[in-house]
Amino acid sequence: MASVAVERPSRFGVAWRPLLHRVGLMLAVAAGLWAFWEAFKWVGEETAFKLGQFTVNDRTLPHLHDIVGQLFEPSRRNGPLLIEVLWDAALFTAKEAAVGFFLGASIGFALAVILAHSRLLQRGFLPYIVASQTVPILAIAPMVVIWLGGRGLPDWLSVSVIAAYLTFFPVTINTLRGLESADPRALELLRSYAANRWRILWKVRVPASLPFLFTALKVSATASVVGAIIGELPASIQSGLGGAILNFNQYYVSSPASLWATNLIAALLGITFFLAVVLAEKLVVRRAPEHVA
Amino acid sequence: MTVVSLEKVDKTFGKGGVTALQGIDLDIGEREFVSLIGPSGCGKSTLLRIVGDLIQPTSGEVVVNGKSARRAREDRDYGIVFQDAVLFDWRTVAKNIALPLEMLGWDRNRRQERVKEMLRLVELDGFGSHHPWQLSGGMQQRVSIARALSFDPPLLLMDEPFGALDEMTRERLNLELLRIWDALGSTIVFVTHSISEAVFLSTRVVVMSPRPGRITDVVEIDLPQPRSAETREQPRFFELVADVRHKLRGSDELVSEAELIVAEEGL
Amino acid sequence: MTAGPTAVQPVPRGVFARRVGRGVRDWIPAAVVFLLGLAAWEFGVKALDVENFLLPPLSDILETLWDDRSGLIEAAWFTFKEALGGFLVGSSAGIAVALVLARWRPLASAVLPYAIAANAIPIIAFAPITNNWFGLLSPWSKIAIAAIICFFPVLVNTLKGLTSVRPSSIELMRSYAAGEVEIFRRVRIPTALPFVFSALKVATVLAMIGAIVGDYFGGSQDSLGIVIRRDAGIFAFDHAWAGIVIASLLGIMFYAAVATLERLAMRWQPSARIE
Repeated sequence: MASVAVERPSRFGVAWRPLLHRVGLMLAVAAGLWAFWEAFKWVGEETAFKLGQFTVNDRTLPHLHDIVGQLFEPSRRNGPLLIEVLWDAALFTAKEAAVGFFLGASIGFALAVILAHSRLLQRGFLPYIVASQTVPILAIAPMVVIWLGGRGLPDWLSVSVIAAYLTFFPVTINTLRGLESADPRALELLRSYAANRWRILWKVRVPASLPFLFTALKVSATASVVGAIIGELPASIQSGLGGAILNFNQYYVSSPASLWATNLIAALLGITFFLAVVLAEKLVVRRAPEHVA
Repeated sequence: MTVVSLEKVDKTFGKGGVTALQGIDLDIGEREFVSLIGPSGCGKSTLLRIVGDLIQPTSGEVVVNGKSARRAREDRDYGIVFQDAVLFDWRTVAKNIALPLEMLGWDRNRRQERVKEMLRLVELDGFGSHHPWQLSGGMQQRVSIARALSFDPPLLLMDEPFGALDEMTRERLNLELLRIWDALGSTIVFVTHSISEAVFLSTRVVVMSPRPGRITDVVEIDLPQPRSAETREQPRFFELVADVRHKLRGSDELVSEAELIVAEEGL
Repeated sequence: MTAGPTAVQPVPRGVFARRVGRGVRDWIPAAVVFLLGLAAWEFGVKALDVENFLLPPLSDILETLWDDRSGLIEAAWFTFKEALGGFLVGSSAGIAVALVLARWRPLASAVLPYAIAANAIPIIAFAPITNNWFGLLSPWSKIAIAAIICFFPVLVNTLKGLTSVRPSSIELMRSYAAGEVEIFRRVRIPTALPFVFSALKVATVLAMIGAIVGDYFGGSQDSLGIVIRRDAGIFAFDHAWAGIVIASLLGIMFYAAVATLERLAMRWQPSARIE
C-alpha cells in the first residue's frame, strides 16, 4: 500500500499561524506589564507601602496614561507641546549619538584590524583598552569639553567624542575576536592564490568578523545614546535630551509626568538606534540558524 | 526472549506531514546485534528513538524488555550512544561516565568502582581525570559507550556512533564493540550508513528505504563468531556485503517504481 | 587482539599550567606600553598642546592623590558600596528571573524582546527619578540605578546560556528518564555559567558607571562622583584626576575579582576568554 507524503503549503510562504501567535503573546505581555504597573501602584497606595524613603503615590509612580498624556500638554505655560520640545531634543541628541557611534565604531574597527595582525601589539595594548572602560568617562567629560571648546570646536562635538569613547570598546574587542575566528582553511585557500595581506583581510577575515561586529554594534548603539545624553550635562548643553532631563528634574514636584515622559522619549531613542542596527544586520549578515534547545 | 518488539509501527510528523515510518514490524531477541541500514530519510534514526521512547509512534505497538517503551525508559533498560559523543565539558571523563549512576542514586564508592571497571572495559584506564576536550574523537566515543553501559542495561541503542571517525579508528572501535558485546551479553540495535560495518558487526542486517520509511529486507549474517580483522577478508563477507548492497539498491528501484505508479494513476 | 588508546597525549591545562607556562614574558609588551604611555603623558602632553590644568603631569596627580589619600579612599569606598550593592541586587534579580523564564519557555520568548529593548534604553537617564524616590543624598538611589543597569544584561545573557543547550544533551538526559529539574541542574546551569560570568564582568563596569554617573544628577557629598564633579567645577583638575585614577583602579579591581571567581568556578574551561 503506497502512500504519498504531502506537506501542507503555507500561505505566502510564511508560517503565519505561529507568527500571529507570537505577536499575540507579545501584546499580551505588554498588556500584562501595563497591568502590573497599575496594580503595583494601586496596591502600594492602598497599603501605604514604604521602602526607606520610597512611597507609592502619583509623584513617585505616575499613571502610565498620565505619562503618555503629558506629552500632549504644553511643556510650560503657553509654550509648545511637550512632545514637540522632546522631539527636537531627541533629534539633537540623536545627531550627537550618531556621530559618536560612527566615530567610535570606525576607530574600534581600525584598532581591531591593527591588533589582529600582531600578537605583540595585542599583549601590549589590550590591557589598557580594557582598563579604559573603567575610567568614568563622565568625570573626564568636562575636560574634554573645555579642551575641544578651546580649539574652537562646537560643544556637541565634545559630546560625540564622549559617545565615541563608550562606543569603541565593544567594537574593538568583538571585531578582534571575529577577525581571528576566520576559518583557517579559507585562509589557506587565499594564500594558495598568493593573495597579499590586504586581500586576505577583506575577502576572508572581515566577512568572518561581521556577526561579531554586529553583536558589538547593538551594544554600542545604546552606549552611544547613553554617552550623548550624559555628555550633555558637563557641557551644559540645553538643546538635547540630557538638558531636558535636567530641566524637568527641577520641576519634578509640580509635574512628575514630564520627567517620566522625557525618559520615555530617551528610551525610545535608545531602542530606535538598537533597531536600526538590527535592521542593518539583517540586511548585511546572512547567518545559519542556530540549533539549540 | 524478545528484547524489542515492534508491531505495525507508524510515525508521521506534523498533521498530514511527512510519513517517516510505515508498518514497521520487527522483533529483536536477546544477545542479537541488529543493524539498521538505509539511505537518508528512511527513518532508521527515528525508529531507534521510538524504541528509546524519545519519539512516540503515531500508531502501532512498541514493547521493550517486556514493557511499554515509556516504562522501559523510566526503568533505564537501555543505554544510548549518539554520533556526537555528547559529553559534558564541565565534567571529567570519570564524572561523565558516572552521570547515569549519580541519577540512579548509587553511592560514591559503588560509582567509583563501576567507573574504574568501565574505563578498563573501553581501555581508557588512566584517563579518568581528563576532560573531554583533551581526548580524540575516538576516545570520546569510547567514553560515551562506557557511559551508556555503566548501569548494565540489557539493551544498547547506537545511532551512527562511529560515523564521524576515520576508517582506521572505526575498524578498531568495531572490534572493541564486538569484544564488549561478547563480554556483557547485551542486545544491540545499531544504526549505520556503512554496509561493511553493518555486515561486520551484526547477526542481522535490516535494510530500510525511504518515502515512506519501511523495512524492505532482512539479511541474516552467518559469519562465524567471534569476528576478527580476518573476517573482513573472507569471501563470505564480500558476498554478504554485495547482497546487502544489492538489496539497498533494489529498494531504490522499488521507490522509483512506486512513484511511477502513483504518477500514472494520478494520485 | 586489543587496540590501545589512540596515540594522542593530552596536555594538562589548568589554571596553574596556564600561568606558569605563559607568565612573565607575556606581560612585557604591556609593561613596555605602560612606560611609553607614562613618557607620552609627561612629555607628549605639551606637544598636543593640552592645557596643563586640564591634564596635569602624572607626578602632580599622584602627589595630590597621596596628599588626600584618606579623603579620596573614603569617597571611593562610599561609591564602591553603592556600586557593589547595585551589582548584587541587579545580578541576583537578573539570574533569578532568567531561571524562572528558562523553566517556562513560552513566557521567555514573549518577554525576551522586552528585556532586549529594555537593555537598549539609556537607563542612566532614570537617575533623577531614583533620586526622587530614595532621596538625593541616600546611597539607595544610586544602588537602585546601578541595580537596574545590571539587571537586563545579566537577565538576557543568563537566559541565553540556559537555553543554548544542544538538543542531543537533552535527548541523552531523557534517555535517563530525567525530569525538567534534573536537566536544569545537571545540564542547563553548567552550560549557562560561562554566559553568566561574562555578563557579571560587564555588570561590574556598568555598576561602577551607574554609581558614579548617577552622582551627576545629584548625590551625597561623600561620594566620589560628587567629589570629581565639584573639583571639575572649581577647576581643581589635579584633584579630579586623582579621583578618576582611584575610581579607575577600583573598577579594575572589581572586574578582576569577578574574573578570578570565574576562573575558580570554571576550571574546566579549555581556553582563556577575552570578554
